[in-house]
Amino acid sequence: MKPGPCKRIGLARQKKKKRKKIGILFAATPLVSLGFRVFAMASRPERVAPPEIFYDDTEARKYTSSSRIIDIQASLSERALELLALPEDGVPKLLLDIGCGSGLSGETLSEEGHHWIGLDISPSMLNIAVEREVEGDLLLSDMGQGLGLRPGIIDGAISISAVQWLCNADRSSHNPRLRLKAFFTSLYRCLANGAKAVFQVYPENDDQRELILSAAMHAGFAGGIVVDFPHSSKKRKEFIVLACGQQSMGASLSKGKTEDEMGLSDGREDQTVRFSDRHRPLKKQRKNDKSGKGKDWILRKKEQMRRRGNDVPLDTKYTGRKRKGRF
Amino acid sequence: MRLLTHNMLSSNIKGVVNGFPLRIEAEKVVEKNVEMNGDFLKKMFEKIEWKAFVEASRGMGYTELPEEADTSMLDSDEFLSRFHHALLELHLEEGALVCPETGRRFPVKKGIPNMLLHEDEV
Repeated sequence: MKPGPCKRIGLARQKKKKRKKIGILFAATPLVSLGFRVFAMASRPERVAPPEIFYDDTEARKYTSSSRIIDIQASLSERALELLALPEDGVPKLLLDIGCGSGLSGETLSEEGHHWIGLDISPSMLNIAVEREVEGDLLLSDMGQGLGLRPGIIDGAISISAVQWLCNADRSSHNPRLRLKAFFTSLYRCLANGAKAVFQVYPENDDQRELILSAAMHAGFAGGIVVDFPHSSKKRKEFIVLACGQQSMGASLSKGKTEDEMGLSDGREDQTVRFSDRHRPLKKQRKNDKSGKGKDWILRKKEQMRRRGNDVPLDTKYTGRKRKGRF
Repeated sequence: MRLLTHNMLSSNIKGVVNGFPLRIEAEKVVEKNVEMNGDFLKKMFEKIEWKAFVEASRGMGYTELPEEADTSMLDSDEFLSRFHHALLELHLEEGALVCPETGRRFPVKKGIPNMLLHEDEV
């Protein structure tokens, strides 16, 4: 009768195999969603192609036809100009727009009366800018090769969604570290003393942010990051604000915008957030706050009871006192 | 491209010590009227390399600028309007910019100079 159990074991094994197969089938579903994720991440333009290829004629066309893109670009550049905090003496300034693209950000600068020089690596985008008849001058140039400008002449620089492109190596000759270095050192050189530079960036992760910032610091800039809407993943915008020269940044670095400033607040601003210690039992936490039964409370209660006609002890100096420990 | 920008640009090629000023080879120059702002002109005057500026304006076919200039001339309206015209209203539409040291040509098309460097020039 030995083959019996053996057979059974064999059967069990087969069943197990079947189960495994089913398991794999089920496992396949999360794989599909993972695929989607990879695809969604690829929607970062930096992952798709180098900038001069990604911003081709069709992509560039969006910057004149899509009112949504135009709105976003305009508000970003307005904010960047605000952070630039140019002296308000009514004299137009000479500004630099790095990665000016179709000149949408430059238009904001022109509206404020400033003269600007825009540079971009994508010829298609610059063609759109020419079509739109922007007022600034355009240069076809790669910021990673350094800016060919004379020293100390630019009063301020802005850049909208461009600097993170430097973190990519699109050719074998590209080294992001060197390109960032070339960019920041040449920018530092061409800025006037005390001038600021504001870059709106979309760093992919903390490493990229660090890479960009450290390159800026090595070039001699002082500054930091201003984050608008830090709690919203969609509206969150990061601005790197840099200053060159001796003027200290500490006091002048602006605060990031939050939802509250946008009129969504309902008077909660001065409320502090209460948080409790999750690791202590609730009863012990309650013991700590002293609200509740003090002497006043006891006297009030006793008065209440007297009014109801109950027999209540007299109020003495001992009322509401704590008993001594030895009791 | 205006002469304002030309006066700021220098050649960025590796190994070039003095890439300024870029020589202008003009094929087509256009004029666009811009409102004059005296304060801006006075501020820019300090930053402009006058010699290169005069040379560039000659290259664009405008010869009204004096060879030498100093800050006292800024009070004259005539000088200001000429300065304004040369600085902001003359546009180099087609042509080239030439690096003074290496002779490398940067072509200008539709008013946009192509300042991209080859890999061996970085």
